[in-house]
Amino acid sequence: MTTPTDSTPSAAAAPKPTRIAPIVTPDAKDFWEAADREEFIGEKCSDCGRFRFPPRPMCPYCHSLKREYVKLSGYGTVHSWCMPRHPPPFGFREPPIVAVIQLQEGTRFVSNVVGVKLEDMKQDMAVEVIFEPTMGNHKVPVFKPRGQ
Amino acid sequence: MARTFKEAAIAGIGATEFSKESGRTELQLAAECSLAACQDAGVDPRDIDGMITFTIDNSDEITLARCLGVKDLAYTTRIPGGGAAAAATIFQAMALVNAGVCNNVLIWRAMNERSQYRFGQNPNNMQGYTGGHGTGTLLWNIPFGAMTPASWGALQAQRYLWKYGLTNADLAHVCVQQRQYAATNPKAWFYGKPITVEDHQNSKWIMEPVLRLLDCCQESDGAVALLVTSLERARDLKQPPVRILGACQSIPFNVEVIANFHHDDMTVMPEARGVAKRLWEMTGLKPADMQAAMLYDAFSPHVLLQLEAFGFCKPGEAAAFVKAGGMALDGAIPTNTHGGLAGEAYIHGMNSMAEGIRQVRGTSVNQVTKKTVEHVLVSSGMAGAVLARA
Repeated sequence: MTTPTDSTPSAAAAPKPTRIAPIVTPDAKDFWEAADREEFIGEKCSDCGRFRFPPRPMCPYCHSLKREYVKLSGYGTVHSWCMPRHPPPFGFREPPIVAVIQLQEGTRFVSNVVGVKLEDMKQDMAVEVIFEPTMGNHKVPVFKPRGQ
Repeated sequence: MARTFKEAAIAGIGATEFSKESGRTELQLAAECSLAACQDAGVDPRDIDGMITFTIDNSDEITLARCLGVKDLAYTTRIPGGGAAAAATIFQAMALVNAGVCNNVLIWRAMNERSQYRFGQNPNNMQGYTGGHGTGTLLWNIPFGAMTPASWGALQAQRYLWKYGLTNADLAHVCVQQRQYAATNPKAWFYGKPITVEDHQNSKWIMEPVLRLLDCCQESDGAVALLVTSLERARDLKQPPVRILGACQSIPFNVEVIANFHHDDMTVMPEARGVAKRLWEMTGLKPADMQAAMLYDAFSPHVLLQLEAFGFCKPGEAAAFVKAGGMALDGAIPTNTHGGLAGEAYIHGMNSMAEGIRQVRGTSVNQVTKKTVEHVLVSSGMAGAVLARA
């Protein structure tokens, strides 16, 4: 990560992120640290191989404590969505589209759909992950229409 | 005390007025409604021996017990899940009386939820996100602007609407019916203020294109208390006893309150289905045996989902069922006859529990009269009870 200085005018021109940074709990630390590196990871059981979300220390299917974080495809579909109009959510200049993303790996993730107008939203539309900056130099995974 | 199984009954209900600014502390509201419930029952508040509230209630049980002069408290507990706790308080009170460990269980919920803090606004504290409230995934939604109950409720409802070809306009009939009930309920905030479908459709978007303002419950100040005792003892008290015929909770795998996005099928409420299954098994009754229902209405789609989960109509048919008058006093299942949390007040579901009790007593301002009220279903989604004439 670089620190903007007076000698880098392009950095100074970029708007400062207004999005709230994630509040990181101990069990979610690996996920958000990966997001800062623009990696979208999922928690997988090292024994039975099944994915789970949100992260937790034990596999609910086989009760194994062995787990690994693997890079996800970043592909999914828009399972449900809406646009918060009132009250305007903290951290957004324009109302975002919030969505439950059905991930290719089987788990779901609440995020934003960006780069599409509300009237162009389609149920189950294919999306892929990108990253957006937050306050405090962090990043969060959001989704754009696939291939756009 | 020898422990023997005892049937449980609700002997008293108490409430403050419902407002937008109570002008007194939540602890005072708690004390007032608790005293009122005891007086309604004819029970000395000093004899309370069990106390139950919601995990997120701000009034401390010991301080409240000190207000009431409680002599020897035998049991206290709190229930997680926000408003899902409402019917669960009745379930736990029933279990304590059944088990013979408490004789006078006080249930209370007191909130200055309009004048002191606002559930409908963006979060300004971390209370709901800490352990013990059953809301474990809420934090994951905050960076994405899903930071109010309406945003979570809308994400839950949108796929249901889409699956059955419904739009926000199809939700209007729930809201119009509830406001019609509130309009004739002097205790309701919206007393004398019915709405039309046009009013509903002209109200501003809260979560476009799912929820408008009139789809949402109110933010209210007020408090409600219940007094639960044994059926045998209740027969000797002031009010006709309201028997707790059955009560239960259900929290299926991967379900959580309101931010309920991780179970298999988002177009159903698995928790309400689970409650229905347990309740019908426990009581031997079926939907057609209910003469009224009080269904938690944080947002209008939840009423539809519960009507379907409890079997009053088939999946996807609730909007048409309501439009045809299914929730009306002369309909198949008179529902939220006090006006619901949208019309009367939002006391986290406890005022809906009180209305269920009034329907069994025969004292509702919108009393079901077409049939004798033998059984009333009360539901807070993750918990429910069948209340019955003794």
